[in-house]
Amino acid sequence: MKDNTSIEGAVSTDLKHDSAEKHVTGTASYIDDLPLPENTLHAYLGLSDVAHARITGMDLSAVRIAPGVVGVLTADDIPGSNDISPTGLNDEPVFPTDKVQFWGQPLFAVVAKTRDAARRAAALAKMSYEKLPHALDPVEAIEKGYPHVTAPLKLERGTVADAMANAPHRIKGRMHVGGQDHMYLEGHIALALPGEDGDVEVYTSTQNPTEAQHMVAHVLGVPSNAVVISVRRMGGGFGGKETQMNLFCAVAALAAKKWNQAVKIRPDRDDDMSATGKRHDFVNDYEVGFDEQGRILAVDGTFAARCGFSSDLSGPVTDRALFHADNAYFYPNVRLRSRPMKTNTVSNTAFRGFGGPQGLIIAERIIEEIAYALGKDTLEIRRLNFYGDDGRDVTPYHQKVEDNIMPRVVDELEQSADYQARRKAVLDHNAKGGIIRKGIALTPVKFGISFTATWFNQAGALVHVYNDGSIHLNHGGTEMGQGLNTKIAQVVASAFEVDFARVKITKTTTEKVPNTSATAASSGSDLNGMAARDACNQIKARLIKFASDTWNVDEADVQFTPDGVQIGDQTHAFPDFIKQAYMARVQLSAAGFYKTPKIHWDRETGTGHPFYYFAYGAAVSEVSIDTLTGEYQVDRTDILHDVGRSLNPAIDKGQIEGAFIQGMGWLTTEELWWDKQGQLRTHAPSTYKIPLASDRPRIFNVSIPEWSENREPTIKRSKAVGEPPFMLGVSVFEALSMAVASVADYRECPRLNSPATPECILMAVERLKHQTA
Amino acid sequence: MTARKEIRFILNDHDVALQAVGASDTVLDYLRLERRLTGTKEGCAEGDCGACTVLVGRMHEGILRYEAVNACIRFLATLDGCHVVTVEHLSGASGSLHPVQQAMVDCHGSQCGFCTPGFVMALYALWMQNPDPSEDEIETALQGNLCRCTGYAPIIRAAQTLSHSGNPANDFLMRERETITARLADLADGRRVEVEKNGDRAILPADVDDLAQVLAENPKATIIAGATDVGLWVTKFLRPVTPAIFIGHLEGLKRIDVTDTHITIGAGVSYSDSQSPLTEAYPHLAEYWNRIAGWQVRNMGTVGGNIANGSPIGDAPPVLIALGAEITLRHGQSQRRILLEDFFIDYGKQDRAPGEFLESIHIPLMPPDSLHAAYKISKRRDEDISSVAAGFNVTVVEGRITAATIAYGGMAATPKRAAQAEAAIVGQAWGEAAFIAAGAALANDFTPLTDWRASAEYRLKSAQNLFRRFYLEKGESAQPARLVRA
Repeated sequence: MKDNTSIEGAVSTDLKHDSAEKHVTGTASYIDDLPLPENTLHAYLGLSDVAHARITGMDLSAVRIAPGVVGVLTADDIPGSNDISPTGLNDEPVFPTDKVQFWGQPLFAVVAKTRDAARRAAALAKMSYEKLPHALDPVEAIEKGYPHVTAPLKLERGTVADAMANAPHRIKGRMHVGGQDHMYLEGHIALALPGEDGDVEVYTSTQNPTEAQHMVAHVLGVPSNAVVISVRRMGGGFGGKETQMNLFCAVAALAAKKWNQAVKIRPDRDDDMSATGKRHDFVNDYEVGFDEQGRILAVDGTFAARCGFSSDLSGPVTDRALFHADNAYFYPNVRLRSRPMKTNTVSNTAFRGFGGPQGLIIAERIIEEIAYALGKDTLEIRRLNFYGDDGRDVTPYHQKVEDNIMPRVVDELEQSADYQARRKAVLDHNAKGGIIRKGIALTPVKFGISFTATWFNQAGALVHVYNDGSIHLNHGGTEMGQGLNTKIAQVVASAFEVDFARVKITKTTTEKVPNTSATAASSGSDLNGMAARDACNQIKARLIKFASDTWNVDEADVQFTPDGVQIGDQTHAFPDFIKQAYMARVQLSAAGFYKTPKIHWDRETGTGHPFYYFAYGAAVSEVSIDTLTGEYQVDRTDILHDVGRSLNPAIDKGQIEGAFIQGMGWLTTEELWWDKQGQLRTHAPSTYKIPLASDRPRIFNVSIPEWSENREPTIKRSKAVGEPPFMLGVSVFEALSMAVASVADYRECPRLNSPATPECILMAVERLKHQTA
Repeated sequence: MTARKEIRFILNDHDVALQAVGASDTVLDYLRLERRLTGTKEGCAEGDCGACTVLVGRMHEGILRYEAVNACIRFLATLDGCHVVTVEHLSGASGSLHPVQQAMVDCHGSQCGFCTPGFVMALYALWMQNPDPSEDEIETALQGNLCRCTGYAPIIRAAQTLSHSGNPANDFLMRERETITARLADLADGRRVEVEKNGDRAILPADVDDLAQVLAENPKATIIAGATDVGLWVTKFLRPVTPAIFIGHLEGLKRIDVTDTHITIGAGVSYSDSQSPLTEAYPHLAEYWNRIAGWQVRNMGTVGGNIANGSPIGDAPPVLIALGAEITLRHGQSQRRILLEDFFIDYGKQDRAPGEFLESIHIPLMPPDSLHAAYKISKRRDEDISSVAAGFNVTVVEGRITAATIAYGGMAATPKRAAQAEAAIVGQAWGEAAFIAAGAALANDFTPLTDWRASAEYRLKSAQNLFRRFYLEKGESAQPARLVRA
């Protein structure tokens, strides 16, 4: 029952996703659901079937004459620049002209009257190649002298060589960290409509409309103002649609202009997974020096990534791996180096965590190494090494950790999950020596929030109040399921003290808010929420002045109350008040803006304050493994994850649960497998296995610390939530490791590589059994 | 009787009759492109993600029954005589949410929303069959649906709250059951159906005798039962299947007969329908059967198809070979019966002549002193293709192993018996030593391949270890030797 004391859908309430009812009824429109303009054409990509070769011939005659085909697009059809490299390194052609650089690389597009006709025709191309030797993974690439795709980074503090030499204990190791396909349920897609003056409008599923706009303009050779990109919602993004949609937008736009008709492009799932980038796999070498108690004295690490054939976002991704190679731990002396290796594979890209997880897992591996070496619980080693007060609060990039709540989060979770008693029960179970072994692990996450490219930390919003009191909200962020629009509309509803239903959420489009950043780096609510609030505040200031002038009261006596405005002792219904403001010619529209304060970063020296704040969390997972087959299951997970003061606890919990399962998938069953010829063979859900309902822990307790609030003045003191909980999946990985270690009485760190498939587990069990036999 | 040249079905509440239908036309393309029913999504076009889940209702033994299926690999021609229900049909005329939809909204069961209509339809199918499902049953019903956003917990909660959301007996599909049954009866004229589009021909024989005749006339035709494999030939490999003979509708191939000596299941019986008679006789198959593909695929796919396509990684053959199953092959009016294990000759080669079809599968009932096990090892527990599958059938008399039939899938070019391993245990006393020896002998039976599912080394090692599991599970100590989802 609605009362007059509060609005519906204010911030901090468990409002459902704004599109929830449309989702469940199938009426939420994705790009492929849009009604098509008459005679819309369909484009399909022709892909390479070699990993590395010089192109000696491309015979498209059979493609051109195939039924339904209107024509083909090749590099020759590009009026502007044949380049879609997002960081401007000019290393990523739309269509290559001289060399194929990975299996599945788009070589041309065919345009036909139907998608089916285009797809069938694309398979008829006759390519001639002169094959070249290829390197598929970073180790092979280093051995073969392949270059970095972008400049590597070094973070250094203290004197690593001396500290290492003087350390009572030293351990060296290598860990292979697997990549991950995004497996968004909605694949890549773009629909381009030609306009007058050579303009083009593209409806697409991108996390980065502004970049898509710039790329399309760049490829077409037109200014940015000739291109409009719009997206209402994505069927999942996870980073996979941050840069990877640029190709599809460019091809659709090229074709739309060439034939002056609407053109849609949607690859089949297998082509989508073959032709677009994924999470980077890494091969990480580490050395740690530590004392008798297990306190870390020095860490030296090298992080070599499979970047693929071009740079894409590999620079900032590999940078972020280094930024998180400390996780929550203080390294008194440290040297971390990235090696962003070129390989003959698809160019890897952003994926939730953006390299952070691949760095963080090395911190956790180091903790494991120390714990097994000293015969202690990993939790004890973690506590010993957490960031602390003065002197133990500086990161490898010289930023101080000023908001550290890690110990409190871990202490509370240890209690609520009953960690100690359960760990003992696990040890007792394993001591019986059966086939089924158990493991339990509590792992923490500290994650830095902000784009490390400082200029991306800006956002805009556009808010209109129409003269009937209805509100139109637009901002630069994109909705991919994370509930961003819901949260921002809550911010706007709260700003005006109106019901959520009064706020209309509208599609993201480059026509309304320009020069936006990707909805990425977990930043969507932080940046766009503040920009929307700025817009609201501008309008409110005008309204307050209007009320003060008109009713002759102090501005302090004008209050926004639930669905109304109190002026002196009188309360006006919101629509009536707005109508009066309109009649008095008050501007009821505002463009809001926000830029994150405090942050700076000098990549040359590896120093600065790249992160505005940190988000914290921890998880305890308990697993069982079958030592005969390597099969396993997650029996229980407890999570305590910090989101500051939540804008919407229901949505935040959804992000935490979903991120955990996705992180678990990354480290368990999600295996990318290339054959020797360089073809990715796990390119569809039949072969690439993301978690199912039956893989999730049945006991799954997820909490948000109610006491937490962001010490920085973020929107309503909330914290970013998209990426940080992804890394809670490490608790499953480490619990599996403990279960494996039990077969050798925990005397040895099992050194699992990821993903820890059943095969990986069985082989580790066998290895440990033989080593100790 | 001349063939009917159109297919007829009910789509939501509309009668549909189509003449121009190609064998390779899919239900999903029809819904999305022809009817603009865009609530049903394409996520993978290979039956692995469930975003395209719709309900298909068909008369079976006189009763109208709805099943969740994947529209992406379901061929349009097979809808003849069916009632298709899409997500658009669920909301009331007033736009009010169906209880399944309301539960998903209330539990925050959607994030990006793309998989959501598929989940709604799978949950709806479950709710109609089982309004108060256990967590096991919910997970089983959702094996064929991928969600990348939520991590599933809120969807499971939605399924659990559904049991408090009214009685499915009052649901609209139940209330309209008689009307729909009558309308479907009007569509069924007992005639063969032949439709085509641009030379792509689909034939739906009138009955099994008609099938025999049609196939004799078109010996090179593609026989399609559940289409869970052939569907991918079309959607992934763009391979022509014309002329296609569809058999999934033939009641004569859907019979299940249980005698004192055998269970005989028709070649057109789905995994789902074969589950209950098979697992009643052989409880060891219960868990295994639920791990074959996902629910939608089990509703469509047939045991006969799993055998007839000759795949080395089909899940049914190894466990049925272990049970000594036989099959009947039919050509025209003549039939022959062979051991299932003899059907598989080599990779891509089976003992089936042109014009011949698999008619039924006979599974002998065993004396109670035989010990059985069915094992599946896969990268992901559910809805995954086996790295290794195995059927064990071991007879022990007075502490001595007197007979053993052990078959493996995923270890060779065909599903195949482990002859050396069998020989290693037959005649031995029941004991760990015999099973360790058998495991060692298995290395002489198989030289498995390395692929993206598993390495050769892992396949062999885990296959060998299954002997130890069998020994431990069947021995007196009955030590837990596999995971149980608690």
